[in-house]
Amino acid sequence: MADEVRVVIADDADLVTARAEARAMAERLGFPRPDPTLIATAISEIARNIVVHSGGGEIVLKPLEDANRYGLMVIATDAGPGIRDVEAALRDDYSGRGGLGLGLPGARRLMDEFAVVSQTGRGTTITMTMWCKEGQR
Amino acid sequence: MSVAILREGDYLIAAILSDLTDTEVVELRGELIELVGRYRSRGLVIDVSALDVIDSFVARALRSIVLTVRLRGAHTVIAGIQPDVAIALVQFRLNLGPLRAALDLDAARALLDQLAGGEAEDGR
Repeated sequence: MADEVRVVIADDADLVTARAEARAMAERLGFPRPDPTLIATAISEIARNIVVHSGGGEIVLKPLEDANRYGLMVIATDAGPGIRDVEAALRDDYSGRGGLGLGLPGARRLMDEFAVVSQTGRGTTITMTMWCKEGQR
Repeated sequence: MSVAILREGDYLIAAILSDLTDTEVVELRGELIELVGRYRSRGLVIDVSALDVIDSFVARALRSIVLTVRLRGAHTVIAGIQPDVAIALVQFRLNLGPLRAALDLDAARALLDQLAGGEAEDGR
């Protein structure tokens, strides 16, 4: 199984890297179309969230495998101010600083699993996963 | 910036050649709005066939170019959205309201001919 990939997210050039790395890993793992594009798009949103709201963080791309399926897990962490109301941030009408509120609910719709853990003043961790059943490979 | 911009009669063709940073997307918007005025273009085609991700930021920028350029008297057609990107845009539920799209450059020119040509009759 492929190793995990770590991408440091500090400025908008790192979004380009994160998108490319995500697509490369999804393709390497054998995800069918359009999944690599969906994953790359979701990563772009959460990477931008890190740049705009916290100034920096990192994204880890992790291959997963269990008995009858494989997947790609994305863990995005930052040490920024945190999201005060996570429920609200995941609603479509929410618009945080810079009007980027669309990003999180959109990214959630692209992935199979999506979880946000945030502590005010300590940072945010977003974990999202896309699964692929063996039969689809 | 990896965008090729060329003037073709009344139309301006901007072909994005590779993935762009957010900063480059914003610069492109400014440049296109300026060029549409300088060349008195009646139509603008943005070829996005080289983009394998169109996320909310790029979609919003495209929307903003369309609306702004319209206020400068020109129509915009987005050409060459890849199939997987189209699926992602729909699943993301991005608001692409004013966007006119065409399969490729030729279809985009034909659509512009219609939009810019129909100007006099429908008054839009």
